[in-house]
Amino acid sequence: MIVYLLRRILNYAILTGVAASLAYVLASIGLKPVAALEAKRPPVPASVIQMKLDQLGANPDDPLIERTWVWFTNLFHGDLGMTVNNHHVTDQLAVRAGVSLQLLLIGSIVGAIVGVILGIWGAVAQYKASDQVVTFVSYLIFATPTFVLAILSMIVATRFNQAIGTQLIVFSGQVSADAPPDFWGNLADRLSHLFLPTLVLILIGAASYSRYQRNAMLDVLGADYIRTARSKGLTRGRALIRHGVRVALIPMSTFFAYSFGTLIAGATLLELVFSWHGMGEQAIQSIQAQDINSVAGATLFVAVLILCSSTLSEVLYAALDPRVRR
Amino acid sequence: MSLSDIDKLTEGASGFGVDVPEDPRPVGRRKSISRSGLVWQRLKATPRFWAGAGVLAALFLFATVGPLLSPYSITDQDVMAFNAAPTAAHWFGTDTLGHDILVQTMVGLQKSLVIGFVAGPLATALAAIIGSFAGYVGGATDKVISWFIDLMLVLPTFFILILLYPFFKGNWVVMMFFLAFTGWMIMAQVVRSQTRSLRERDFVKAARYMGFNAWSVVTRHVIPNVASLLIIDATLGVGAMILSETALSFFGFGVQPPDVSLGTLLENGQAAATTRSWLFLAPAGVLVILLLAINFVGDALRDAVDPTSGVNRG
Amino acid sequence: MADARSSAPLLEVRNLSVTFPQSTGDVQAVRDISYTISEGEFLGIVGESGSGKSVSSLAIMGLLPDNAEVTGEILFQGKSLLKLDDRELSRIRGNELAIIFQDPLSALTPVYTIGDQIGEALRLHDRSLSRAGAEARAVELLQIVGIPDAARRVKAFPHEFSGGMRQRAMIAMAISNNPRLIIADEPTTALDVTIQAQILEVLEEAKRITGAAVSLITHDLGVVAGHADRVAVMYAGKLVELGDVDQIFHEPNMPYTIGLLRSVPNIRTAGTERLVPLEGRPPSLANLPVGCPFAARCPIAIPKCTQVEPELAQHGRDPAHTSACHRAGEIASGALTPPQIFPRPEPLALAVRGKGETVLSVENLVKHFPLMRGGVFRRRVGTVRAVDGVSFSVSAGRTLAIVGESGCGKTTTILELMELTKPQGGRIVIEGRDIGALSKDERRALRSDIQIVFQDPSAAVDPRLPIGEVIGEPLLAQKVSRADREKRVAELLDLVGLDASMAQRYPHEFSGGQRQRVGIARGLATDPRVLVLDEPVSALDVSIQAGIINLLQDLRDQLGLSLVFVAHDLAVVRQIADDVAVMYLGRIVEQGPIVSVFDDPKHPYTQALMSAAPIPDPTAERARSRVLLDGDLPSPAEQIDGCRFRTRCPLYKLLDESAQARCIGEDPKLQPHGDVAVACHHVERNTLVVG
Repeated sequence: MIVYLLRRILNYAILTGVAASLAYVLASIGLKPVAALEAKRPPVPASVIQMKLDQLGANPDDPLIERTWVWFTNLFHGDLGMTVNNHHVTDQLAVRAGVSLQLLLIGSIVGAIVGVILGIWGAVAQYKASDQVVTFVSYLIFATPTFVLAILSMIVATRFNQAIGTQLIVFSGQVSADAPPDFWGNLADRLSHLFLPTLVLILIGAASYSRYQRNAMLDVLGADYIRTARSKGLTRGRALIRHGVRVALIPMSTFFAYSFGTLIAGATLLELVFSWHGMGEQAIQSIQAQDINSVAGATLFVAVLILCSSTLSEVLYAALDPRVRR
Repeated sequence: MSLSDIDKLTEGASGFGVDVPEDPRPVGRRKSISRSGLVWQRLKATPRFWAGAGVLAALFLFATVGPLLSPYSITDQDVMAFNAAPTAAHWFGTDTLGHDILVQTMVGLQKSLVIGFVAGPLATALAAIIGSFAGYVGGATDKVISWFIDLMLVLPTFFILILLYPFFKGNWVVMMFFLAFTGWMIMAQVVRSQTRSLRERDFVKAARYMGFNAWSVVTRHVIPNVASLLIIDATLGVGAMILSETALSFFGFGVQPPDVSLGTLLENGQAAATTRSWLFLAPAGVLVILLLAINFVGDALRDAVDPTSGVNRG
Repeated sequence: MADARSSAPLLEVRNLSVTFPQSTGDVQAVRDISYTISEGEFLGIVGESGSGKSVSSLAIMGLLPDNAEVTGEILFQGKSLLKLDDRELSRIRGNELAIIFQDPLSALTPVYTIGDQIGEALRLHDRSLSRAGAEARAVELLQIVGIPDAARRVKAFPHEFSGGMRQRAMIAMAISNNPRLIIADEPTTALDVTIQAQILEVLEEAKRITGAAVSLITHDLGVVAGHADRVAVMYAGKLVELGDVDQIFHEPNMPYTIGLLRSVPNIRTAGTERLVPLEGRPPSLANLPVGCPFAARCPIAIPKCTQVEPELAQHGRDPAHTSACHRAGEIASGALTPPQIFPRPEPLALAVRGKGETVLSVENLVKHFPLMRGGVFRRRVGTVRAVDGVSFSVSAGRTLAIVGESGCGKTTTILELMELTKPQGGRIVIEGRDIGALSKDERRALRSDIQIVFQDPSAAVDPRLPIGEVIGEPLLAQKVSRADREKRVAELLDLVGLDASMAQRYPHEFSGGQRQRVGIARGLATDPRVLVLDEPVSALDVSIQAGIINLLQDLRDQLGLSLVFVAHDLAVVRQIADDVAVMYLGRIVEQGPIVSVFDDPKHPYTQALMSAAPIPDPTAERARSRVLLDGDLPSPAEQIDGCRFRTRCPLYKLLDESAQARCIGEDPKLQPHGDVAVACHHVERNTLVVG
C-alpha cells in the first residue's frame, strides 16, 4: 500500500516536472525577453542586458536544452528562478496562489454542494416545472462563456448598485486601496469584492454538477437494489433517499477531478475580468512581459493543483465506494 | 420507462435473446428497424433536437446569407451614427467609428462557425485514432500513450494556447489546428476505455482469431462501434472549440484584426459593456444562442444513441 | 394438502393483467391470469423469457414501474393489495410478503454492509429493536442460511461475497420477519449447479423454519420438478397450464408444456435419442396474434386456434388440473399422445465413431494471470492459475466436452487454444503441427482449420455488419475473393437452416437462435477440422436449445468435424459428446468416454456435479440422493497444497487421518481406472452414492 502510494506520488512528481519543463520550452521558444529588455527606455547597455539574461537563465546564446536542464534541476532545489522584475518566482507564486485559492476553494466547494442538491432534487422531481427550470438554467449557464457571464454579472451589479444608491458590490480587485484597517471593516470590504466572482464560479460549478448529479440519480432510480429496499418495506421515497442518494454520489468523485480542471480555466479568466491579482492574471501578464520563468512557474502551480484534485477525487472515490477500497 | 427497461422486466430465464420478441416469420417483407433507424426515430421525437437544429440552421443562414443582404459591409462607417443604440437602420447599433454591429456580428459568427466546425471534428478524429489504437494494442504502447494523455491533461490548456500565440500570430487557420491539438485528450481516454471493453467482446475476439491484424480489427470493428460516441463528441466539440476561440480572441491571443470573430467583437464591446451594452450584448447573445443550440443537438444525439446515459433525460 | 386447499387461500390472484403503454403498441406483459397459493404451499411458475412470470410476481409486491397499468385483484390474507398505497404496502412488504431476486449482486446496495441491510429489514418492522439487537439477529439469520463465520461476515460488503453467498444473504433478508409468502424470482439462474443445489436446499430450509408458502419462478423445469407441489406454466403473458407437479410432468395437457418437456435433455437418458425441437419463438407482446398465442408453433393447431384464445379449464379428471387449449380434451383422454404431437426426429444411430487420427492435442497447457486488486489502488496481489497443466486430445469426427463450474478454467483453456500462439507452458499440436513453431503465414493458414462459436450470439457478431459479411469474415481473413465468399455464404446459410436470401440482413433482425446459427455458419466458413464451441446453447431459451444441438450433431456427422464443446449443462453435454473432461480449478479431475463417466462417476467432484444437475422428472428427483458440496469454489489464486478439491471434498471428510494426510501432502495425478482417468487418491474407497 505504502509502496503503491509512493510510486503514485513519484509518477505525479515526474508528470508535473515534465509538464512544467514543457511549458518552459514552449515559453522559451515563443517569448523574447531580449526584445523586451532592448526595448526599454532609456536604453540599457548591452552588457547589462547580457547579465540580466544570464540571471534569468534566458540567454539565447546558451542552447535551449541546456537552459531547460538547468531550470529542471533547479526545480528540485525549490528554485524557480527570477522574474523580470527581480523577484523570486517562488515568492511571487506564494502571494498569487493565496489570492487564486480564495476564489477557487469557495467556488468549487459551494458550487459542488449546490449542484448536487439541485441534481438530486431535479431527478426526484423529474418532469416537474421546477426540474425543467433548473435544467434550462443550467443549460444556459453552460452555453455562456465564463467571461461573458462575468461581464453580464457586472452589468447586473452596476444596475443593482445604482438602484440602491451605494457601491455595495465591488468588482475590481480583491480589496480596495482605502479599505478600513480594522478587521471587520477589512473583512466587509473583501467580501464585497469576493461576492461577484465567487457567485459566477458557483453558478458554473452548480450548473455542471447539477446536470451530472441529476443523471447519476436517474440511473439509480431504476436500480435493482432500490427495488430490494422497497421489498423490505421501505416506501419509495425513503428507499431513494437511504439507498439511492448514497450510491449516486459515487460518480461525483470522478467528476470532481474533471470539473476542477475546467474550474481553474474559468477562474483564470475571471481573475482577468475582475482584476484579481491571482495566478491567472500573473500568467497572462508574464506572457506579455516576456517572462519565461514566471510562465513556467504558473504552469507548475496549475499542474500541481490539477494533480492534487485528481488525488483528492480518488480518495473521495475510495471513501464513498467500498468496492474500490481494498 | 424506455423499451429496453421493459425488456429487462419481461425477460426471465437466461436473460438473453430477449430482444423485443419479433415476428417469427424469418424472411418476408417485414418492416424492421435498424439501429441507426431507431436512433433517428428517437431523435425525431426529441423537441430539443429540432429546436437546436433549427436555431443552428438559422444561424448558418445569418452568418452566410446575412452579410450579402446587409446594406453595410464590415468596414463601412456610418458618419451619421457613431455610438448609436439599436435603431431601424442599425438593428444592433453602431460602435464609436460608426461600424454596423449587425453585420460585424454576422461576419464574426462566420469565422467562429468555421473554426468550431473544423477544429471540433478534427479533435474528435485525433481522439478516435489515438484512443482506439492505444486501447486495442495495449501493452507498452498503451502505457506510453496514456502517460502522454495524462501529461497533456495536466497542462492548463488555456495557458498553453496563449503560449502558442507567438507561433500563429493572428493566423486563424493555424490557430484552428492548435485548438484541435489541445482538445482531444478526454475523448481519447473515453475511446480508449471503450476500445478496451470492445476488445473483450466476442465479435472482436472472433475477428482476431480469424487472423486479422490490429489495423483491420480497429477499422472494421472498433471505430464503427464507437461511431455514435464520436459523432456526439464532434458535435459537442464544435461548441467547446468556439468557446476556446472566443475566450482566446477576447483576451487578445486569438483572431486578430482585420479578421473579425465573435471573440474580437466581445473584446471590443467589453469596455463599454456597462454603458453602451449593445456593443457587448449583441455578439454575446448570438454566441450564447449558438452554444445552446449546439449543446441541445449534441445532448439529444446522446440521448437517442443511448437512452440510458443521456445527460438530460426527461 | 387437501386441508390447506379447502380453507381460504393465502394469496389469490384474480384476472390480473399488466400492460406497459408504448408508443409503438402497448406491451401486454400479463393477460388475465388467476391462481391461488395456499398456506405453506410450494408453487413453481415456469416460463421462458417474456412469458410474464416475473412481471406478475412484481405486481403482487407492488414493485412494478409507475407506468405499468395493473388491473384485476390480488388478495393476500384477505387484503386487496392493489387498493393499498405505497405506505400501506410497505408495511406488508418485507414483513408478511418477501421476495428474493435473481441477481443478488445488483439487488444489494453496494455501499452498505450485509448486516446493515438485513438489520434494516428487521428494524423497519420492529421499531423496538436496537441497532445491536438487529445485528445479533442478522448474525443468527446468516447462520441459518449457512454462511460460515457469520459474526465476521455480517460486516462484509456485498461485493466481498460470492454469488452463492449473496443469494444466501438475500434469503436471510427475506425470512428475517417470518413472512407468510416468499416469492423467489429465478433465485438460482446466475449460479453454478452445485451452488444452485445448495441454494435450493437453503430455500427449503427457510420454508421449513418459517412455514411460509413459496412461489418459485424459473425457466428450469428440473428445478421445479424437484421442489414444487404445484406448477403453473406461463406463455406469452398467459397462464396456459396449472396442476400438481406430477400431473404437469407426467400427464401434460397443453402442447406447449408437452413440447417444452420433450425438448429438454435429461442427464439420465441424453445421447440415446434425438431431442425434439420446438420450432419458432414466442409472439411479440406488443403485437399479439388473434387466438391462441402458441398456435403458430403448435403442430396440432386447428383453425379455431387462430380465431379464439382458449381459456384455462379442466379437461381431465382432476378439477385442480387446468389447461388452456382447445384440444386439451383429446390429449387428456389419450386420443392424442405427446409423441404424436411432437414426434421425435429420426433416432440417432448410435454411431460408433472410430478412433480416427488425432487432430488436436494439448499437453500440459498452462495459463496464469496476475491477480490485480483494487480499483483506485491497483496492485498485484497474486497469481491466478486459470489453467494449470491440462492435457487432452480430440480425434477426427469426435466430440470432446469440457465441463466444470465457472472459474474452473474451461473457457480460458479454449481461448488459449484459439490464440494459436505459443502457450505459457505446455504444447498445442493441431494437425500434427506444433503451434509454437509456426511462422506468421502458417499461423494464418492454420486458423482456417480451427474456428470458434461463442456463447452469447448477440455479442459474437458485430451489430454493424450484415450477416453475409459476418459469415464471410473468416474467408476475408484468408483473402478469398468476394465472388467466392458470396457463393460460400449462400451455401453456409443453407447448411445451418437459414434462408440464403437473408445475407443482406443485419443481426438485430434475427432471434437468438437464428443468430447462433449465424455464429455456427461463420465457424464453418473455412471448412475447419475442429470447431470449438463455448457454451453454445446456454444463452438460449430452453425451447430453442434442442434445435441448435440437433444442428450441431448433424453438422458433425455430415462434415466429419471434431468438436470441442465447453458447457456447464451436463444434460446437454451428454446429449452431444463422445468424451468428457471434468475440470476443477485449472485441472482435469476426471476424463473418459461420456457414458462411463456419467454412469459411474469416480471422482467426488464429478459425483457432486452429477447429483446437482436437476432432472426434469419429479419422480426421479424425489428418489435421488445427493452429494452436496460445502461452500464455494475457492479463488483460483488460492494456493492449496495437495489435492485442490480437498477443501470441499465430501469424501475427504469421511476418510481417516492417514488417508487425509495423503490428500494434503500429495497432488493426485490422473490415473487410469477402467476406461476413464481419475485424479483422486481414494477411488477405491469412494462410497458416495450418486442418485
